[in-house]
Amino acid sequence: MTALAALIRRDIKIALRVGGGALIGVLFFLTVTVLMPFAIGPDLPLLARLGPAILWLGALLASLLTLDRLFTADHEDGSLDLIAMGQTPLELACAAKALAHWLAAGVPLIVATPALGLLLNLDASATSAVALTLLVGTPALTFTGMIGAALAVTLHRGGLLLAVLVLPLSIPVLIFGVAASQAAISGPLSFGTPFSILCALSLVSLVVGPFAAAASLRHGLD
Amino acid sequence: MTLIDLANPSKFLTLTARVLPWLAGATAILLLIGLYQAAMAPDDYQQGATVKIMFVHVPNAWLAMFVWGVMSMAALGTLVWRHPLADVAAKAAAPIGAAFTFLALVTGSLWGRPMWGTYWEWDARLTSVLILFLMYLGLMALWRAVEDPSRAARAAAVLTLVGALNLPIIKFSVDWWNTLHQPASVLRMGGPSLDKAFLIPLLVMAVGFSLLFVTLHIAAMRNEILRRRVRSLQMMQASQQAA
Repeated sequence: MTALAALIRRDIKIALRVGGGALIGVLFFLTVTVLMPFAIGPDLPLLARLGPAILWLGALLASLLTLDRLFTADHEDGSLDLIAMGQTPLELACAAKALAHWLAAGVPLIVATPALGLLLNLDASATSAVALTLLVGTPALTFTGMIGAALAVTLHRGGLLLAVLVLPLSIPVLIFGVAASQAAISGPLSFGTPFSILCALSLVSLVVGPFAAAASLRHGLD
Repeated sequence: MTLIDLANPSKFLTLTARVLPWLAGATAILLLIGLYQAAMAPDDYQQGATVKIMFVHVPNAWLAMFVWGVMSMAALGTLVWRHPLADVAAKAAAPIGAAFTFLALVTGSLWGRPMWGTYWEWDARLTSVLILFLMYLGLMALWRAVEDPSRAARAAAVLTLVGALNLPIIKFSVDWWNTLHQPASVLRMGGPSLDKAFLIPLLVMAVGFSLLFVTLHIAAMRNEILRRRVRSLQMMQASQQAA
């Protein structure tokens, strides 16, 4: 347990310090959100209607772009091999790393959401709905994305390949995240149903992600 | 003769060399019979002659999913038993599966134009098949991204299994998404009560297309084995020249 806590603390520290790059995700999120009105036009009612979708897409892309950092740096300096050879099960170590990554790179996205909601003309209830769905949904993005990150690091290929592999897997999260936000704002449907399914997706990815990532690391590292 | 014996690529090559012509012949005969029956089948009272697209469309759509199942079995073979032919089977199946998925999309789109008035509709089934197609392409990209075949095989196996877990979830969520956005859904194919005049040609075509997959798959596996042999010979030659 202490080993896992130490791993989480170490990963968060590295991510937040100079060279870590966790906060670049937030900057990217901000930039994408600012770009949207240029493409759509400064039509405030339209932006308010598209707001949840824009925020979800921005968060999805931002979390995708930071995924590269999950294993790459550790692979380059050899600490990933140490983690893989250590006594802690690799599945648990992967889960700890993903949790640390979510805390360092995912939570700032959620914290930034209210400010971005203002830019998109979302009112307080809409913003809090989006932030709540992001809070529940981004762990699923991190934990399924971890599979792609593990594949990419064992193959020494990142970037586009990672995106192509991970994005189709995140479609359900996107559907239910946006659906729950829309339901909270306008929808005739209840907020609870898509929200609970979103929670379920996160829980499933919490189980599947570490095992699949550990399997691909175990088979792929040499 | 068990699966373990087949693990020897040379044995696999000699065995399949004998089986392949028969398989190809049976495929050709079944597809000819199926196409003839399909052409002779009566027109649908609503859809007219366009219903005949179904005889090509449905087997393709069925195989699109079936091939991912075959790849998942091969992925288990790769990860659990390290079966040497499982890698080859998984790699050879991916482009064939992608081709079936693509054909299902194209025939569906051609069928949709006269029936629904549009080539593309964000219908739940179409969308999930499109996502399946994207995942096939991603898998092929993964195979092509790595030079070492056995390393690529293990990565692709993990992705295939994750995809097999995820495909039902995607299917479910797309269904949900679609019913949310379009309460008045587009019309669905024939329904469960398909007339015998349609059912029998459809089944013949389905078996014919399945045999076509088996034939193509075995041929592609043979090619892949030979390609790997050529590669290792070339490597050997290169290292001899260097020495």
